[in-house]
Amino acid sequence: MSLFDLESVTVAGVLRPRLHDVSVSVPTDGITVLQGPSGSGKSTLLRLLNRLEAPDAGSVRYRGEDLAARDVLAHRREVGMVFQAPVLFPGTVADNLAVARPQDPPAALLERAGLPAEFLARDAGTLSGGEAQRACLARALGTRPRVLLMDEPTSALDPAASRLIEQLARSLAADGVPIVLVSHDREQARRLGDRIIDLDEGRVLAA
Amino acid sequence: MSSSGDVSWWGLAGSLIMIAGVALVSWRQRLRLERDLAVAVLRSLSQLLLVGAALGIIVDPDTWIGWSFVWLTGMVLFAAATVSQRAPQLPGVFGVALAALVASSVIGLGLLFALGIFPVEGRTVVPLAGMVVGNSLAAGVVTVRRLVDAVAERRADLEARLALGLPWQQAVRPTVRNVLRTGIAPDVERIKALGIVVLPGAMTGLILAGVDPLDAVRVQLALMYVILGAVTTTATVVALLGTRRLFTADHRLRPLARDTRDEG
Repeated sequence: MSLFDLESVTVAGVLRPRLHDVSVSVPTDGITVLQGPSGSGKSTLLRLLNRLEAPDAGSVRYRGEDLAARDVLAHRREVGMVFQAPVLFPGTVADNLAVARPQDPPAALLERAGLPAEFLARDAGTLSGGEAQRACLARALGTRPRVLLMDEPTSALDPAASRLIEQLARSLAADGVPIVLVSHDREQARRLGDRIIDLDEGRVLAA
Repeated sequence: MSSSGDVSWWGLAGSLIMIAGVALVSWRQRLRLERDLAVAVLRSLSQLLLVGAALGIIVDPDTWIGWSFVWLTGMVLFAAATVSQRAPQLPGVFGVALAALVASSVIGLGLLFALGIFPVEGRTVVPLAGMVVGNSLAAGVVTVRRLVDAVAERRADLEARLALGLPWQQAVRPTVRNVLRTGIAPDVERIKALGIVVLPGAMTGLILAGVDPLDAVRVQLALMYVILGAVTTTATVVALLGTRRLFTADHRLRPLARDTRDEG
């Protein structure tokens, strides 16, 4: 069984569909990279997987179960997400982790994301881009996700910070948390992807 | 009414001298304010003269009191339409605005009349409704605009919270709190400055018309409190019902028309 199955999925857009009749599967382990130029529909596809978007036609299944029939809040806790630009809420890093109602101690979450426990007391607004993205990853890990979605998680970061996030993604995948990652960077896709799905103009080119 | 409250047509024309002066300066300096000023003067003049004539009929004790409530209904509908025009991208905005304005005017006017602060008469209903609905209208416009802007600005924040499995009601709470706080703040500040900076309209009018200042103050305070209640009611109902329209039943944030979201 696949992790995700999309069947004839169309998502309407303003001028043209953002996704057009897409059928594709995401395997249950490793890192799957959604790759394509800006406007290709890769972010839209990712957002379908935790139902921040819903298909206008077709269906999305998670481990064989139709997403439309699943409890969306429970699903989002099971399928975590890290966004392109790190989004931290006002307050300290600890406040941020608390929003996720974490099931693990905050310090342990930070450690998994490669940040020392001292960061808990830091004001979220004072973090560098790379630190902020790792804090977002720690927050996402708080719900003990079984899957992690990453939407161009390194595009706002410098090369060193990007490497760190890539390493974290690899180690999470090795620990049995499959990752679906969006990238417009072909090099990154080759480095990270156990499987690469190519998109252009709302269609899947090669999978 | 004492003679000091009478304004002759010549007096009214004289009150325009200051505006005429500003318009002249604006024209000489090419500030292009003169058109707006002229439109504002002509509109207010024609609208208020019409209203004054109509009010003459309404306040006549021989006129059926029902007409006052017909007028009130018209005001509420017009106000709801005005609010909804300011945020057309919010789905169902007219219904949201209407619910808020009906709630605030029913509760606000209900209080004024039920507590016997004013009798239900042709003389009272429309002028009081004007104050309650007018202030609620302003609060509704500010709140609905702030809400739509805040949600557009904070889209990433909202979706990050939704992605953590928070129900939309929780995800949007910090945003709504912020919208309401900034939306109601001007009215709260005005009330705090009452008497020091602001000599409010009704009181000023009563004193000009020769009423004892302390009586005028009591009338004004009762009015201000009811108006503050109406304003906060409007803002709260607009914010709560409005946010509801921004999310789907399955906790997704709806795209808004003027969003320029990256479709990558």
